[in-house]
Formats: sequence, C-alpha cells, structure tokens
Amino acid sequence: MRGVADAFRMPVWVVSASMIGFGSLSQDIGITFGVAVASTATVWGLPGQVAFVELFAVGAPVLAIALASSMANLRFLPMSLSMMPLFRADPGIWRWRYILVAMMSVNTWALTLRRAPELGDHQRGPYYIGLGAVSMAAGVLGTAVGYHLAGTLPFYITVSLIFLNPMYFIFLFSSIRQRNCIMALMIGAVLGPLFHLLSPDWGLPFVGFIAGTAAFFLDKKMGTGHE
Amino acid sequence: MNEMALWWLLGLVTAATYVWRGIGVAIVARITPSNDFTQWTSCVAYGMLAGLMSRIMVMPVGILAETPLVDRLVALAVGFLVFFAFRRSMLPGMIAAVGIFFTLTTLHAFGIY
Repeated sequence: MRGVADAFRMPVWVVSASMIGFGSLSQDIGITFGVAVASTATVWGLPGQVAFVELFAVGAPVLAIALASSMANLRFLPMSLSMMPLFRADPGIWRWRYILVAMMSVNTWALTLRRAPELGDHQRGPYYIGLGAVSMAAGVLGTAVGYHLAGTLPFYITVSLIFLNPMYFIFLFSSIRQRNCIMALMIGAVLGPLFHLLSPDWGLPFVGFIAGTAAFFLDKKMGTGHE
Repeated sequence: MNEMALWWLLGLVTAATYVWRGIGVAIVARITPSNDFTQWTSCVAYGMLAGLMSRIMVMPVGILAETPLVDRLVALAVGFLVFFAFRRSMLPGMIAAVGIFFTLTTLHAFGIY
C-alpha cells in the first residue's frame, strides 16, 4: 500500500520524535502513563494535547482546559472541510467518514491532499487509512517511549526533537506548488505572531480566515497560470 | 486530581477536539462542495498552519522558549537557503535546519558558543 510506504518515508519519524517530546512532557507534569498515551490516539492533535497537559499542570478549571485544547485544534475544521470531499466518490469509504476524520492529522491531511489527484477515487481511502494507521501507531509508540525517557535525555537532544516538528511542516508546506496555497502560507506566516499578541486564543482562527480568504481571491484575480 | 477524574478530563478534551472534525464532515455531507469551496477551505487551513508555525518560531512556549531566538532563525534561514538550492526539495532543507539548530544548542550546552 502506498499510504503505508509514504508513512515510512517521513511522517513516522517526525511523528514519533514529536510524541517523544510530548510523552516526556507528560511525565514531567505528572500525567499518568495511560492517559498520556491514550491522548495521542484520541485527541490526535499535538497543540491541543500540549494545552491539555500544561493547563492541567497549573490546575486550570476543567472547562478552561477543554476550551483551550479545543481552540488549539480548531484547524481540524477547515482541514476536514477540504479533505473529506475526496472520499465521497467511494461509498465503501464514505460510510466510515465520521471514523476516518478522527485519523486526520496535519501530516495525513497534507499528504492525502497532495497525492489525491494522482490516486483514483477508490485508491484514496486505502491510501489515507494506511498512512493514518501507521502515523497513529508511531505517535502512540513515541508517546510511550518519551514517557519512559523523560529526564534521561540531555536538553539539547530533547529540544532538537521538538524543533524537528515545526521544521518538517514548514518545509513540507513550502514545497507546495499551488499558487493560492503559497500565498495563504506567506500571509499566514506574517500575521501569525502579530495576531497571537492580540489574542492568544482567537488570533489563529482569524489569521487562517484572513490569510486563506485573501489568498484565494488574490489568486482568482491574478487569473490563470497556477499549478 | 485522581486518576479517574483525569480520564474523564481526557474524554472531554477528546470530544472538544473531535467537534471540529465532526462539524467538517457534517457540512460536506450535506452540501455538494464546489471546487472553489474546497480550494478556499484548504487556503484557510494553510493560512492557519503557517500562522501557527511562524508563531512557534518567533514566540514558542515550553522548552523551545529556552533557546535563543537567533538560533531558531539562523537554523530556519539556512534551511531555506538549502531548500531553494535543492530546487524546493523539503528533505535537504529540513535536515539542514535541524542540523544547524542541533549544533548551536549543543555548542551552548557545552559552553563553547
């Protein structure tokens, strides 16, 4: 399966490395092993998981924890809107849509969108499932390993493992060829820190909406010549 | 907080995250999304992700915040130089950026730089 092969090419290593970071953070904070590992499989979104354990650590109220981790994972809405239509043509896959969407991560989303045009209607589902299953397994394993390694790794290794995650995504996104996506990335990158200063909770959804909408219409106005 | 309460909290956080995924599916199951709609939503997603990544670079939280800003930016800049030198190929760019960052933090750790 090509999804499995693609997963082993890159995502597996990056997902494990980031989740090693998360596992070791959870151990430091005092989250139990089972909850830390389970959160990777059930929440399956690192910024939300980090918000969960860090707010738990400072004793934030339950509702505040749920709200903050939910907001940190709001990107799943536009991601699901843009990816799920790819599976509509295959009824055998489409009927599992509410389960399939739980396997979506930035990784599986970006790679599935990229590969979709070359995959047929009936190959997309298996591709996505293969990629998602391997990535999730790697994430769960990484969390467990990180939990046990906590405190044993020197700072410069742990911090480099954490740094790998944004670098992977920055260069994965930068290698995109579609003009409207590239413009959205550039506008978003400029607005991101500015809006974070205005509102750490609500800044990011606004950045996405403004950057994405501006890029979409600019691209339309610039006319043909994309891809 | 005891173990049982922590599991309930995880359930709540899981549901609160799944809501976004689920709403997305519910919407595309009810409308027939046009190509423009799908393009626009992926632009919004990319805009959000780029905003998140650049915020992590400039104002990180957690242990990344303990590294100097200049280290992160130098690593990123070198990564982009290598990325473009290899005709926009992601792997060389990523390896260069992480390699530079690892070297700089290791040098700091041993008090060399």
